[in-house]
Amino acid sequence: MNGQRKVTNARVVRSLDTLARLVLPFCGSVVGGFAAPAVPWLSPTNIFAPVSTPAQSIFDLSRFVLMVTASIFVVVFGLLAYAVVKFRKKRVSDGREPAQVYGSTQVELAWTVIPILIVVVLFLAAARVIASIQNASPPRNAVEVTVIGHQFWWEYRYPSLNVVTANELHIPVSDTEHPAPTFLTLLSADTDHSFWVPRLAGKTDLIPNHPNSMWVDPHEIGLYLGQCAQYCGTQHAKMLLRVYVDSREDFDRWIQEQSRPARVSAAASEGQTIFERTACINCHTVAGTVANGRFGPDLTHLMSRDTIASGAAPNTPENLRRWIQDPGTIKPGSKMPAMGLSGPDLMAVTSYLETLH
Amino acid sequence: MSAPSVTMPEADIRWSLPARGPAGMYCLIAAEAAIFTIFVVAYIFYIGKSVSGPQPHDVLRVPVFLTICLLSSSLTIHFAVKLLSKGRVISFALWWLLTVTLGAVFLAGTVREWRHLIHDEGLTIQTNLFGTTYYSLVGLHAFHVTVGLLALVTVLIFTLLGNVRREHTQRAEVLSMYWHFVDVVWVVVFIVVYVVGR
Amino acid sequence: MSTQSIAWAKTEVSRRPLVEKLHEWVTTVDHKRLGILYILYALLFLAFGGVEATIIRIQLIRPHNSFVSPQVFNRMFTMHGTTMIFFVAMPILFGFANYLIPLMIGARDMAFPRLNAFSFWMTAFGGFLLYFSFVGGDGLYGAGNAPDVGWFAYAPLTSQTFSRGHSTDFWILSLLVSGFGSIGTAINIIATILCMRCKGMTLGKMPLLAWLNLVMAGLVVLAVSPLTAAQLMLLVDRYLGGHFFDTQAGGSAVIWMHFFWIFGHPEVYVLVIPAFAFASEIIPVFSRKAIFGYPVMVAATICIGFIGMSVWAHHMFTVGMSSAANTFFVLSTMAIAVPTGIKIFNWLATMWGGQIDFKTPMLFCAAFLFQFLVAGLTGVMMSAAPFDWQLGNSYFVVAHFHYVILGGIFFTLFAAFYYWFPKMSGRMYNETLGKLHFWLFLIGFHLTFDFMHIPGILGMPRRIYTYEPGRGWDIWNLIVTVGVFFQAAGVLVFIGNLLWSYWRGKVAGSDPWDAWTLEWSTPSPPPTYNFATIPEVKSRRPLWDLKHPEDPDWQYE
Repeated sequence: MNGQRKVTNARVVRSLDTLARLVLPFCGSVVGGFAAPAVPWLSPTNIFAPVSTPAQSIFDLSRFVLMVTASIFVVVFGLLAYAVVKFRKKRVSDGREPAQVYGSTQVELAWTVIPILIVVVLFLAAARVIASIQNASPPRNAVEVTVIGHQFWWEYRYPSLNVVTANELHIPVSDTEHPAPTFLTLLSADTDHSFWVPRLAGKTDLIPNHPNSMWVDPHEIGLYLGQCAQYCGTQHAKMLLRVYVDSREDFDRWIQEQSRPARVSAAASEGQTIFERTACINCHTVAGTVANGRFGPDLTHLMSRDTIASGAAPNTPENLRRWIQDPGTIKPGSKMPAMGLSGPDLMAVTSYLETLH
Repeated sequence: MSAPSVTMPEADIRWSLPARGPAGMYCLIAAEAAIFTIFVVAYIFYIGKSVSGPQPHDVLRVPVFLTICLLSSSLTIHFAVKLLSKGRVISFALWWLLTVTLGAVFLAGTVREWRHLIHDEGLTIQTNLFGTTYYSLVGLHAFHVTVGLLALVTVLIFTLLGNVRREHTQRAEVLSMYWHFVDVVWVVVFIVVYVVGR
Repeated sequence: MSTQSIAWAKTEVSRRPLVEKLHEWVTTVDHKRLGILYILYALLFLAFGGVEATIIRIQLIRPHNSFVSPQVFNRMFTMHGTTMIFFVAMPILFGFANYLIPLMIGARDMAFPRLNAFSFWMTAFGGFLLYFSFVGGDGLYGAGNAPDVGWFAYAPLTSQTFSRGHSTDFWILSLLVSGFGSIGTAINIIATILCMRCKGMTLGKMPLLAWLNLVMAGLVVLAVSPLTAAQLMLLVDRYLGGHFFDTQAGGSAVIWMHFFWIFGHPEVYVLVIPAFAFASEIIPVFSRKAIFGYPVMVAATICIGFIGMSVWAHHMFTVGMSSAANTFFVLSTMAIAVPTGIKIFNWLATMWGGQIDFKTPMLFCAAFLFQFLVAGLTGVMMSAAPFDWQLGNSYFVVAHFHYVILGGIFFTLFAAFYYWFPKMSGRMYNETLGKLHFWLFLIGFHLTFDFMHIPGILGMPRRIYTYEPGRGWDIWNLIVTVGVFFQAAGVLVFIGNLLWSYWRGKVAGSDPWDAWTLEWSTPSPPPTYNFATIPEVKSRRPLWDLKHPEDPDWQYE
């Protein structure tokens, strides 16, 4: 009757309860995360698919930490689930209270000492990795890049190679026999940012008046994605990162091209004139011309990039034109104002920029 | 089950708990101490970091007289409360008035020092890091002195109206705890600003 | 039954005008009424915060969505965080503390009833000031209305250069004002617990709820002040030309982070310790056993309070502190897992050997135990600083702290609502609706916050108004958003249950749960004076002693 239904309900409730708690939490993300290294296509920004030593050290540490926490989870979860099932109120109760147990010193001691030991082990593991990543000093052949964070783009300077560029970072591939790490000095021109390319390293913040440094040594050629990871204002979401890990030859060639001044093209002289007459030159640099502004990205080799607006749109003529006409159509809140260029002027300037290879 | 009465008519347990007033004031003092700690930490952190403008050793004059005034006021308020506990209201009023006077002298002296710094030395809160941290810390303290003085004056007025009697000793004591705290903060500020920071 | 004659009758000889009743509520200094005001206020702001969360999740349901603009989105997550922490979680916990503490320690009211009222109204005003920003924040044409700097408002984003107009000022001022309210309440709680316990109730005999709120109040006193100080400094920067956080003048952006997190971390213990208090009262009653290890629970809480003041920079692992500093904060953060784990084990031991009755309060507490375990473990993961260099500032962190706040704190809050609703209203809630609320909310919670860990692992940072397709984040964001609607449904059932039961619920009597602490010896709801005679106690469970005179607690304690 009513009592029977209550019992069936209670049993269903119990099993649903336990099932829900076994299936849903935690396991999903752990499995997903662990499956990752074997299947990097799960995401190009998977922290469990490292290609560089800092990311690898973190991954190794994380496996250890996950193992420990997963074991704790299984044990405690198991005990909780057991208690919830085994000690539920019997349907036929004699109204007597169960034995009142107020405490037990041995038990308290046990579950104090064991966690302390676990903490000590985890702490030592973490401390080791902190030292190995943070205290590494740059070898003589390291590529040195200064990264300057802006609202909402990345400035890259290679001081010893005389290269200034923006938004797309090129670094050489490294391997254990011939290590060629890249050391990044992180600065900011305005507010806080954070450089996060998960497959290369953990994130490090760019804070004004507080230089930071980090290093990477990727051993696989390819394009690695990331984005700013410290809220910096309206377009924080579109301050994307693209790191091109090139072969040594490709990298050297890229450096060669980037360190040349801008190509002069007679066909684009009208556009160049308008560019230099309009306020563009106050913010942008085109090496070898009068344009030497530093508020916005260096445009000398704009056409060598796959994207514009720090990854917000592919670098196509159409997008370039749209951007120049009104950046708000691609990145509302970006610091570049709409320049108010009329149709022919707009086409001319766009054509000029398209010659900046 | 019978009417819910939980009185146990057994041995008469001796039962005394701390008084509410002092307990509350200690908590307030702890909270204020935390605020001051942050301002002191900022001050210490920024010592020597100003990029331009006047530096502490150029412009600060050690306020010895003002410090003596303020610290003495702790003594005078202590005497005042003790007198009130003995029921000597008039003597209490006199020592209380002396406390207020010493506090007012301290404030007046601070105003004078700031006028000198602003007009003669060109140090304002905007000038540099030293200016910002100095005026903020000393100003926060002066604000607390002002609030304390307002409270003390209020009690003085009540005393003059004849409303303060011996049974109000604990309330006067609670107020005097606040005043002692303000003095202790000054000791810390003095050491950090005029000794260490110079 | 004897309670009926003392309980306030719903039928009165003359109906008082509404204005009079409202006036009574507005001018009340009665801790029970102020407690209810806090709770109702928090539920209102829960609705606001929930709408903000829903807007966030709809915008993120798929990449490159345009449900709201980036400017609106950034205001949404700022307001959501600020609202939920300062105008939902804190008021609701203060509300329960206000209501329960005097009743549980055998006092007639809090130590400072007028300070109590003042604190409530300060908090309330702060909340309305924050929301006024939507209307009044336009200091400069187009310079924004509601604050959009994130709930932790990092410098220099909050300087006049980067935050024009008054939106940030609303953030600063509303929290300053409500901060005074919080400190006032904390002072009140400490003074009440230390100075107003009934005869025989030594510190070692008072309910764990009192102990835990004492530690919480101590944390508020020490930790809210640093936020007040930092905000005063920010005001000096913004309006007096100061340079506290002005990096161009040599100031430090990092020092804001230190000051904020010196507040921010103890703040989360301020939120979670009262949640522990609810669990510590409810689990024993529904397991029919005394709490296991009372002294250890007290000691562990005090440890959490102390250690909790030393872990703050684990929010700053990516900021570029030295390896020594990072290592220290790894150690202190991991250390705090020990007393926290001890508490979970003690609750487990309380249930062990009991006869657990899974009424709605116990369902929520049981879920809390499982969920808090997970939340704690993801915290341990991030305490390993290098792991945090990947996980920090990503959706993994967002998942972690929502697991703590929703999965931990809110679940015990719901349990507390159901447990003490009969006492506060005199009526039983509807058990079926309670269980429906539980299941809806459980499913929604897990859909949203279990799967939210995954985008974090796959590289999705927080506070982004949209994201790129092809990063592998799409499906997870979709699932996360779907869960929101289950949670909303659960909360609607909850509110409906409370409303319906308030008017139509079965009369509860003074002790519907057969519990053991002093509040259950008063009528439901208690009269203004709480106790006809101030009780005298001999043990931690005075009503157990009365109900079991042959086997009273004081023989074993």
